[in-house]
Amino acid sequence: MKIAVCIKRVPDTTAKVRIAADGKTVDPAGVEWVIGPYEEIALEAALKLKEAGKAEKVTVLCLGPKEATKELRTALAMGADDAVLLVDGGGERDAAAVAGALAAEAKGLGADLLLFGWKAIDTDQASVPHLAAAILERPCVSFVTKLEAGDGRLLCHREVEGGTEALEVPLPCVLTAQKGLAEPRYASLKGIMAAKKKPLVEKPAPAAAAAVRTERLSLPPERPPGRILGQGVDAVPELVRLLRDEAKLL
Amino acid sequence: MAHASPYTAMDFYDVDALLTEEDRIVRDTVRSFVDAEILPDIRRHFRDGTFPLDLIPRFGEMGLLGSQLEGYGCAGMSYTAYGVICREMERGDSGARSFCSVQSSLVMYPIHRYGSEEQKRKWLPEMAAGRKIGCFGLTEPDFGSNPGGMATTAKTVKGGFVLNGNKYWITNASIADLSLVWARLDGGTIRGFLVEKGTKGCTPEEIRGKYSLRASDTSGIVLEDCFVPSDAILPEGVGLKAPLSCLDSARYGIAWGAVGAAQACFDEALRYAKTRIQFDRPIASFQLVQNKFAEMLTWITSAQLQAWRLGRLWDEGTHEPAHTSLAKRHNVEMALKVGRTCRDILGASGITEEYAALRHVLNLESVITYEGTHDIHGLILGERITGIPAFKG
Ligand SMILES: Cc1cc2nc3c(=O)[nH]c(=O)nc-3n(C[C@H](O)[C@H](O)[C@H](O)COP(=O)(O)OP(=O)(O)OC[C@H]3O[C@@H](n4cnc5c(N)ncnc54)[C@H](O)[C@@H]3O)c2cc1C
Repeated sequence: MKIAVCIKRVPDTTAKVRIAADGKTVDPAGVEWVIGPYEEIALEAALKLKEAGKAEKVTVLCLGPKEATKELRTALAMGADDAVLLVDGGGERDAAAVAGALAAEAKGLGADLLLFGWKAIDTDQASVPHLAAAILERPCVSFVTKLEAGDGRLLCHREVEGGTEALEVPLPCVLTAQKGLAEPRYASLKGIMAAKKKPLVEKPAPAAAAAVRTERLSLPPERPPGRILGQGVDAVPELVRLLRDEAKLL
Repeated sequence: MAHASPYTAMDFYDVDALLTEEDRIVRDTVRSFVDAEILPDIRRHFRDGTFPLDLIPRFGEMGLLGSQLEGYGCAGMSYTAYGVICREMERGDSGARSFCSVQSSLVMYPIHRYGSEEQKRKWLPEMAAGRKIGCFGLTEPDFGSNPGGMATTAKTVKGGFVLNGNKYWITNASIADLSLVWARLDGGTIRGFLVEKGTKGCTPEEIRGKYSLRASDTSGIVLEDCFVPSDAILPEGVGLKAPLSCLDSARYGIAWGAVGAAQACFDEALRYAKTRIQFDRPIASFQLVQNKFAEMLTWITSAQLQAWRLGRLWDEGTHEPAHTSLAKRHNVEMALKVGRTCRDILGASGITEEYAALRHVLNLESVITYEGTHDIHGLILGERITGIPAFKG
């Protein structure tokens, strides 16, 4: 089985996001970039399959800016075999266009299993994997929390309200990783050294296209300041009233 | 890897843009590791005066031990990468960075540089993997800044050597599998001896009651008619310059490490100052507080640039010991100033273990003393500038 793991370069979870002058994109100044956390889980799951002898090759695939070589090298340092960067030439690209570019590349790579994180934590759309599956006309299971490889098939678990669902899916297919599927490893220094010699192909991404366009981005409203209702026991009735009527917590 | 704490390293001049992509991957990896594995438990270790021993094999797995050395299971990375590791480790705690400094620069480095092929094969892969721990015994109760005066002796006997003396202030001595002990051989020059744990006549004694570097083992070593076989001596490396070369490499790591401690304090204090309200306004809005941050930002930025440039000199092989003295001296003092200023900004909260600033300050009180005190480095620079050594008054 050949696996392609799609990873996205996203601002670090702790980065303070500022909106750029165009009002539509994130200002990249001062932002640290990382592999999305769910993509990391997907990659770890792929590496586990390879280590268990169930997959012969793990390719990481990214559509992103030229600087995303750092995230791809990180993935190679963790243990992926090779990497492809579809260099984004700019312009707005909606989820369908991203999915189209990744799907075409994954097909070209001959990937049997196409793995994604269930969502990218920057845009929070959770649509690219499903669109890619549709474009490739392959079955898709999302939010996978456990994965076993059988003969030409995969057994996937997913958490549903109050329980677990076990599903079987034939290869080739598309899966999205949810927390719990795997615990990402740290890249080792030797891995980082080895990654320098692993193939990383950069090629231009297909021209950007977007049917869905970003109108504007805005930051969440400032949180209103706290209120002091009074002191001691006397404040309790008002506190209870607010918790019930305003916060609707009771 | 996305990291688990709200830490943002202040890097005003984007000095990290000067690092290679590979060094930045090292940075991200070690930073996440420190967040996930060191910081959650560091307060307990500092309180109890223990080192997180369970992390040592993890350091090994990641290749953080002896990372700057080639072969023998070592990662063979640049000195800059080694510096980045030290910086990120010390952002967690100086104890973790000290462990790496001792293992990588004070024990693995001399074995790699001065050891026999057999010594290298026996010790380096095990130490790189974190399965064996080393310590470096140079300082004695009566010889600190002046190690050349040491009283520990080695006497040639049939089949080996007999060591006698006391080593003191030795990081990792109680937990070490291997002690590299420096002693004067037959009344002549200083030589290094590899003493294995459990060797008769070699007893570690823990130093208690430290206020500083509490999450690190600091002990004495008592050597009483301690016999070691003839293959225990490091064959190369004769005289005081051998241990001094190790210190040079460790000081290099300290120059980077101090930046990490300062960045940790700065980040914490900045977040605090923006949310702490006094006189109906965040304290960050007061001019005096802003000026403190402006000063600290300036100090940190110049320390970052020194560390980076020193890394280049080491990687190019054009460094001299005085270069390292300058950055060690400057950066540790800088980190202490930043730490104390941040402690002040934190007010009373800053004296509790809820916040890291005072822990860093306390640690840095050791860091400014060990590996050559602040003033000794001043003297090294003074000699370099004037050509006149002033060590003897
Ligand atoms: C936590 C910790 C861990 C350590 N780990 C190790 C280790 O692993 N291995 C090891 O070998 N050592 C270790 N040391 C020892 C350390 O290197 C020494 O403490 C250091 O070299 C200073 O020696 P000293 O403490 O005896 O101070 P002294 O040499 O007694 O110095 C005291 C003061 O006098 C000043 N002074 C001394 N000589 C002069 C002079 N000529 N001119 C002007 N001022 C002078 C110093 O600057 C200092 O301010 C460690 C120390 C600490 C605190």
